[in-house]
Amino acid sequence: MSRSLKKGPYVDEKLYLKVEKLNQQNKREPLKTWARRCTIVPEFVGHTFKVHNGRVFYDVFITEDMVGHKLGEFSLTRTFRGHTNKKEGVRSR
Amino acid sequence: MPRIAGVDIPDRKKIRYAIRYIHGIGPKIADDILAATGIPPETKANELTDQQISALNGAIDGEYLVEGALRRQVGQNIARLRDIRCYRGDRHRHGLPVHGQRTRCNARTRKGRKKTVAGKKGVKG
Repeated sequence: MSRSLKKGPYVDEKLYLKVEKLNQQNKREPLKTWARRCTIVPEFVGHTFKVHNGRVFYDVFITEDMVGHKLGEFSLTRTFRGHTNKKEGVRSR
Repeated sequence: MPRIAGVDIPDRKKIRYAIRYIHGIGPKIADDILAATGIPPETKANELTDQQISALNGAIDGEYLVEGALRRQVGQNIARLRDIRCYRGDRHRHGLPVHGQRTRCNARTRKGRKKTVAGKKGVKG
């Protein structure tokens, strides 16, 4: 089920303020964040976020197409290395 | 045989059902269109007058995305997801279910026919 329109998109307050500050100073620098649930709003376009995936921070450069998605969608949490090779019993690739 | 919306040639069925053969027109839109054009839903497709056919064509052209245009739209939406490197795009790329379904078993629609792996299912190697 999608989120009620009445509430508007969920945006992480602190992160949003930081971006606003950067926008005012016309600066661009990567922001480290754990706020994977934060919706990407148009103000974020052109910034780079370092989005935590539970282990490392992934660089996510925001383009216009990404507006409306959540930050977490771009920082994958699982690594699939391929199925085990039966003969060797080790993970290939 | 009447031709509606390009290539589709539904026949010998009541128009209400016949126009559902057009990609992008289901039960709801079919009834909407017939109501808008004032064609009785029970008319057989081959009994339609030329006038009625052009009325149907007009109604579909004006309001709905069908056939090629719709397919292109859907393809573009998926391509967009792939391009922005998001999780859903990744699932499309790998041919796995996109909406969070389990993949331990089932998910055969997306994964295709079973590929049997010797020694799977708890039998330790």
